[in-house]
Amino acid sequence: MKPLEDILVVDLSQFLSGPSASLKLADLGARVIKIERPEIGDICRTLYVSNVKMNDDSTVFHAINRNKESFVANLKDEEDCSRIKKLIEKADVVIHNFRPGVIDRLGLDYKTVSKLNPKIVYGEISGYGPEGPWKDKPGQDLLLQSLSGLTWLSGNEHDGPVPMGLAIVDIISGAHLVQGILAALVRKSITGKGAKVAVSMLESILDFQFETITTYYADGGQPTVRTNSNNAHAYLGAPYGIYKTKDGYLALAMGQIPVLGELLGCEQLTTYQDINSWFDQRNEIKEVLSEYLATDTSQKWLSILEPADIWCADVMDWERLMKTEAYQVLNMEQEVKMGDGFKFKTTRCPIRIDGEILLSSKGTPGLGEHTKNIELEFNL
Amino acid sequence: MKPLEGLLVLEFCQYMAGPSAGLRLADLGARVIKIERPIVGEGSRQLAIKNLFVDESSLVFHTINRNKESFAANLKDPEDLKSIKTLLKVADIMTHNFRPGVMEKIGLDYETVSAINPKLVYGVVSGYGNTGPWAKKPGQDLLVQSLSGLSYLSGSANDHPTPMGLAACDMLTGMHLTQGLLAALIRRGKTNTGGLVEVSLLESTLDFQFEVLTTHYNDGGKYPKRAKEGNAHAYLSAPYGIYKTKNGYISMAMTPLTTLVPLLNLELPEAYKSTESWFEKRDDIMDILRSIFITKDTEAWLTILEAADVWCSNVYTYKDILEHDAYKVLRMDQLIKNSDGQVIRTTRCPIRIDDERYYNEKAAPKVGEDTDKIIKEFNL
Repeated sequence: MKPLEDILVVDLSQFLSGPSASLKLADLGARVIKIERPEIGDICRTLYVSNVKMNDDSTVFHAINRNKESFVANLKDEEDCSRIKKLIEKADVVIHNFRPGVIDRLGLDYKTVSKLNPKIVYGEISGYGPEGPWKDKPGQDLLLQSLSGLTWLSGNEHDGPVPMGLAIVDIISGAHLVQGILAALVRKSITGKGAKVAVSMLESILDFQFETITTYYADGGQPTVRTNSNNAHAYLGAPYGIYKTKDGYLALAMGQIPVLGELLGCEQLTTYQDINSWFDQRNEIKEVLSEYLATDTSQKWLSILEPADIWCADVMDWERLMKTEAYQVLNMEQEVKMGDGFKFKTTRCPIRIDGEILLSSKGTPGLGEHTKNIELEFNL
Repeated sequence: MKPLEGLLVLEFCQYMAGPSAGLRLADLGARVIKIERPIVGEGSRQLAIKNLFVDESSLVFHTINRNKESFAANLKDPEDLKSIKTLLKVADIMTHNFRPGVMEKIGLDYETVSAINPKLVYGVVSGYGNTGPWAKKPGQDLLVQSLSGLSYLSGSANDHPTPMGLAACDMLTGMHLTQGLLAALIRRGKTNTGGLVEVSLLESTLDFQFEVLTTHYNDGGKYPKRAKEGNAHAYLSAPYGIYKTKNGYISMAMTPLTTLVPLLNLELPEAYKSTESWFEKRDDIMDILRSIFITKDTEAWLTILEAADVWCSNVYTYKDILEHDAYKVLRMDQLIKNSDGQVIRTTRCPIRIDDERYYNEKAAPKVGEDTDKIIKEFNL
């Protein structure tokens, strides 16, 4: 039995943050009904990446919204809205990511909804929280990365701001929402009462930087400084980074510089005996290392460092990774099938329960594919 | 009442992934006891960033392990092991990140522990799962970023593989662990039995890439291509990225060029009229935009573009954001205090429950700080 079986989620959210949360709930066993606007649906359906379409919708929409049902409703229409309210009366969880104020105008705010269903766990994601000067700003991933200080952590010192090349803020705020919703469901199973769970993209991406922000507070607010080359973490000393070798790249995590010097046969490194120098002189050390590591192959260096228990790894792109037994043994891919028979390959839920991987063959819903059935089933 | 009040968690985890899950459970109300080796304690006590220490332990350790207690035990000592087993009888959750096989040797593997307490939820964090050729490899953040293809998504086209400059894999894995543990607790509310929850850094990092991997699986196996300069997402069309202005930077999210270009007082050349070209000719288009954005200050552009509802933003450092009203209004930071009376400023839990922010001034414990108290309390 999947852990969230018989939990009903009504998801009013769109794009990535909210829908990625309901995907996780679906994969853990919940039934997720996605409420979409007539005709257009979730805007993400047409947010194509690299111009790729799959069965008319964007690949990212498929990745985020498989394993869900779709119910079409115009929330501004009274009749449609009252149908949604009826559905919410039967639900365990509601999710939305409207901007502050919009949900009140729709009459689907927590106060109203919790009167309809006092047991409801009501999850909301905003961009910047319900208060303050930015509350009406668009909550978009790259903007949040840019405003939160995050872009000064990746890349090298002279690169200018370097964003993380995935929707990290969406994904993390969605993951926090799942945590809050599940915690509230745990409490509900004891007290019988629902809860409001609120996250914002700004609070989530600040939390993601808890180590470095805590450091900023402790060091008197010094600016973030990345290393001149091979940076992998602005606040860590050498050798932490990725280095070019003769035929590829090598990643080196934390390690003792003189030990590395001895193993690699790089005498210059053995002179850095003081632990503090590994941070204070990290630019210099990284320069020595990158020059030295370029003289031989990744495999050569790995064959020396791995047996000595140095934290190191090859640097792979997907092509090489997917050919490894280590990838294949995970069974991370699954095939899903849509209502019209269209099949596609995607990834599965990363969590294993009772030694089992959690798979679901249910594909992405067509817009409004389940409206009729849901109306009948719930007498809407 | 915080949602997880009354729950007891035993944390055998070290470093970041597992302990970040323990921190979230603690902030949501659970009582978390770290089980640590006597005297030395867990590994990350000595792992400093920027060489910063608070007491005997590093600032990073304090950031991740506040709001927890510490019980010192040598798991190889039969007496100590007996105490742990007694404690496990009344615990709700335990977590560990030992390499595969270690807990079996100690006698605290899932089978043994679930016989002692069938209601226990047992969480395991590994690097690469417990089978396959990488099962015994060190599961460290940068190494997993390097092996999983992730480092080919950030940075620009001519950069080396560019890791994300934070422990992104650790943190995502910790989030997935929390989700799995809570889902298993919800199931326990119905079935009265615990369960086994397993996550790995590699699976979590593949899940993190679910959108782009799904695209890759279904676009004929094309490879991510980062933009020439100012890349923010390998798969998104122009103008998505960061641009240099006269006095700083500006971030541009997805905006139709047909909307953006007139606002910049330009005419969109015929060659860039089709939406397909915005991806195919991304580098050329971004070159043109770069030549325009550099001519005015960031604020001037924001005034023009925000008025037209274009998704764009400034690029802030920690100083900029942490002194901004939009940050202050969140009340995101809190002061914590260790048993020596030392005070540390750090961030709070990002999830708000029932409109309440959760604060807790308890700092990380010293190794074994709570051993005597726990022995008495639980009659060990």
